[in-house]
Parts: sequence; C-alpha cells; structure tokens
Amino acid sequence: MLKQIEGSQGMAEAIALCRPQVICAYPITPQTHIVEGLGAMVKDGRLSGCEYINVESEFGAMSVAIGAAAGGARAYTATASQGLLFMAEAVYNAAGLGLPIVMTLGNRAIGAPINIWNDHSDAMALKDAGWIQLYAETNQEAADLHIQAFRIAEDLSCPVMVCVDGFILTHAFERVDLPTQAQVDDFLPPYRPVQRLDPANPYSIGAMVGPEAFTEVRYLAHQKMIDALDVIPRVAAEFEAAFGRAAGGLVRPYRTEGAETLVVALGSVNGTIKDVVDAERAAGRAVGSVSIGAFRPFPLAELNAALAGARRVVCLEKNLAPGLGGALASNVRMALRGQAPVHTVIAGLGGRPITRAGIAGVLAAAAQDALDDLTFLDLNRPVVEAQLLRAAGLRESGPIAENLLKALNPGRVERVSPRRMQE
Amino acid sequence: MFEVRLHGRGGQGVVTAAELLSVAAFDEGRHAQAFPSFGSERMGAPVASFCRIAEAEIRLREPIVAPDALIIQDPTLFHSVDVFAGLKDTGYLLVNSVRTPAALGIADIAARLPVGHVRCLPAGDIAQRHIGRPLPNAALLGGFAAMTGVVGLDAVLKAIRARFAGATGAANAAAAQEAFAAVKEAATC
Repeated sequence: MLKQIEGSQGMAEAIALCRPQVICAYPITPQTHIVEGLGAMVKDGRLSGCEYINVESEFGAMSVAIGAAAGGARAYTATASQGLLFMAEAVYNAAGLGLPIVMTLGNRAIGAPINIWNDHSDAMALKDAGWIQLYAETNQEAADLHIQAFRIAEDLSCPVMVCVDGFILTHAFERVDLPTQAQVDDFLPPYRPVQRLDPANPYSIGAMVGPEAFTEVRYLAHQKMIDALDVIPRVAAEFEAAFGRAAGGLVRPYRTEGAETLVVALGSVNGTIKDVVDAERAAGRAVGSVSIGAFRPFPLAELNAALAGARRVVCLEKNLAPGLGGALASNVRMALRGQAPVHTVIAGLGGRPITRAGIAGVLAAAAQDALDDLTFLDLNRPVVEAQLLRAAGLRESGPIAENLLKALNPGRVERVSPRRMQE
Repeated sequence: MFEVRLHGRGGQGVVTAAELLSVAAFDEGRHAQAFPSFGSERMGAPVASFCRIAEAEIRLREPIVAPDALIIQDPTLFHSVDVFAGLKDTGYLLVNSVRTPAALGIADIAARLPVGHVRCLPAGDIAQRHIGRPLPNAALLGGFAAMTGVVGLDAVLKAIRARFAGATGAANAAAAQEAFAAVKEAATC
C-alpha cells in the first residue's frame, strides 16, 4: 500500500511485518522514531507475539538482542552514532556468535565535537565487526532492505546492519509502498535457529578459543562474508520477483556505459548524484555513478566489473579516516587494482549539505585531471588556515572547535585565555 | 518540480506544515518530499522545513536553495534569518501577519515578485478563533492552496483531518477553509 510517510515510521511498519519476537532499544538520543513506532505497535496490539524491552543503555540493547537471538527469537534493535560505539563490544560478540540480529543504524556523526547530524562515521567505525552492512538509497529501499535483512541474516547466521542516512532519510516524508503481511510471510518464513539455548537441554555457547583455533574461527567468519556475496544478490532477486520492485543487491550502476568518470557513493546521496549525472550527460559529458548497496561484504569483483573502462573514479564519502582519507576509497582502490586512479572526496560530514553544485564542481575538476587524490568538499579554507596559523604561533592554542566557531561568528564569543590575561 | 521553504519558530509546527503539504500533494497523485532543517529543536528557535512536489520520483537530497514559494509563520524572523535567500523572481510569498508587506518592511521583496504572488494572512488570528491557539499551520496551508493552486483545498483538508483526529482536526480544517476563502476573496478585489 502506497503511503506518504516518515522514513522511520515506514521502516517501523516494514520491520513489524517481519514479525520480530524481541525488540530492545534505548529510546534516547541518538535514536530514531523507528523504535518509538514499533513500541506503539507492540502496545496497541498491531504487532503481536513480540516482547518490547526498554533497556538501560545501547550496550544493554545489543546484549539483550544477543540473549534473545541465542534463545531462538528473531531479534531487532536500532541505534546511531555514539549509541553504536557504546554497544561496540556486544556488536562484535553478536557477529562472533553467529546470531542473525537485524539492526538499523540511522547514520550520524561521532563526536567530539558534539554533532547530531548525518554522516557515515558510525557505520565506518564498526565496518569490520563481522556484520553485513547494507546501505539504503531511499526510504522505499530502507523499508525493503529490512525485509531482506532478516532473510539474509537467518540464511547465513550472521547479523545485518541496515544503514539509513540519519535525518536525510529517517526524518523525511516521502512515498513508501508497504507490502501486505501475507506477502512478507511468503518471503520470510519463521526463524528456525540452527541451535538455541534451551533450559530443557542445557549447553553453553560462546566458548573460549585459544591460539590453536582462533585463526580458523576468524577464517570462517571471513568465509561467511564471502558466502554473503552470493546470498545478498540472490535474496534481492527473489525480493524483486515477489514484490515487483528492485531493492538491495551488491552494486547498482547508473549510466555507466562509456563513462570516463564514475562517482561511487553509499546511501541517500546517490539520489543527488544521479540528478547530477543526468545533467552532465545532457551536457554531453561522459559521467556515470555506482551506488554500493553492500559495504560488508565488500563486492570487489562486482565493483571491478561496474567500474571497468572508466578513466577515473571519484569516491564521494561521508566519513574521514584521519591520516589516510576515506574508508570507501581505500576499499574501492582494492577493487580496481590500479586500473584507474581513485580520488577521495570527503563530503557531508556532520550534516553539511552535499549539493548538485558541489558535485558538479568536483566532476569539472576531475574532467581536467585537476582533482587531488584527497579533497574536502566545500572546505572553508580561510578558517582552517587561520587556526593552523594560530596553532603554529602558540604551543597552547586552545580548543579547535571553539576557535573555529569564533572565527565564523566574530564578536559573539569573546573569551580571554589565561595566557592573554597574563600579557 | 515545485519547491517550498517554510520558516517558523520551534513549537509553531513548521515541520508538521511541510509534512502535511507533502501528504496533500501525494493524495493528488504527485511525488512529494518533506524534510526539516535538522537541528537541536528548541521552543522559539528559528526552524525551517522544506517540501518538494513533482510529477516524477524526487531523488534530490539537498536543502531547497531556490524556492518557488516561501511560507513565513513568524515575520519577526525577518530580523534574524535571511528567509528570502534564493527566492525565485517568479516565486510566491505567504506571511502570517495582520500587517501589510510595506508595514513589515518587505515592500522591496514584494515589488520583485509577480502581482498576486504576495499575501499577508492573519493566520494566527484565524487559528485563535477556530482552534483556540495561535498555531498558524492549517490556515497557512489553506492560504497557500488558494494563492498558488499547487495543491487543492480538498487535499489539504484531508491531510489535516488525517493528522489531527476529531475536534482538533475539524477546527484546523475550518481554519484552513477560512484562510482559503480569505485569500481567494482578496485575489478578486
């Protein structure tokens, strides 16, 4: 049924259709309306057979999800930003124990400085925790990916993180076609755990493994991800056949034929990129894009095929690996094996809007081979240079965040440092 | 694509207004995308929200920088926020005020826009009479439908009644209807 609905509420309805049996969440910032919507549905009986557990922290949320999944229940939780970091230890455990938990990550920046807005710092911080990471381009896909996520997770005994851009998608009202309960029931059978904790037949899971077998256990975790490279597109194809629309999969090329420059990105910014690609093509410039639907496992071969023939690749990414560049570009370089130069463009950090004009500027520079290996889109260079100058002149230059705000709003904050007072 | 930017203060319902507008456009079979200017919400702080309406799927995720219409819930924002930034020369301007554009000090902006594209609507007063609180949302949406024709009054009323149940929905719908009639009447003068 087509609805004009907030992204979070659309996801909540899709998740409810998946008949989760345990939902645990810590309902305070950073959080989305998803768990609020699910809580309301459990309370008023629209979602039956589900226990909603209000936990005391994100660490508690993931720990309860682990317990629920180990007990044989279909378990779901959601978080974002610092919330993900706070549950990090349990996130690794969920993967190590092979528990098919599904978690929505409403992607947001990580402090300090405090910032509640969208970027992919949270997802990138835990990209190697052993979870499958799927990225949604639209709210329709965000809803659809959750239905696929439970299938993928339970097929593989591997947890799945559905990454959805915080605010840009979670808080946006747009049309979402929500399937019927019967459609989802046909696609997603009840969860049948390989093993589950049972008081009538007691045993323990989570054994200690020493040097004699740890490498082998980790190798199998890697092999599970390699298997996921087959499962993810298969589930996406089955989904398309059952629901009549495409969603998910590993990579999604857009107008790549004959393209000299290809832009690679994760998540909702691909919509803006496609609008730019259309404008560039209309102007006769050979530009295309590739949206990566699964970042873990990383689709090396599929991406290599999608990018083949491009003269250059531009990774537009909402994360920064300080001292290196971007996590996405590093991975894409591995897929390309030096076949074409890969440029990193860091954009949209902490909620800075990524505009068509900004992307078009990047493409213009790329076309003239004038794009640096690492570029910060729309960087306010004078403010940065003033801070660098200040830092060079003083061993103790004060807190960077406050200094930059002062440079942007002169006269608004005037504090005299102890050093200046002595002068 | 028709792009609307709404400016108000935290607590006035500026985000809800954009959402209702998107629901009305969706009800008429169009694609619509509504989203807030994300921030730490505080009562009384300047807030903006956005609504795009189009015949085809909307893929764009940037904020609206060149709006086709502006809806201003609180004219005191003129002193603190550049609410007119990027407004197209063919654009519409709807302000919640009992005063005239000249009295509000925006005669220059009004002169730049086509005849009939600028309206000051006492939306707060209309709301006070119908709802008992000066929440200008419903009245402004009714006025917007009358001024631009981008969405119909029926779709606006349906969106309002779907969002607010019972007496609250009826009161808001009545406010929207009165505002629609007021703007239509003024246009025929």
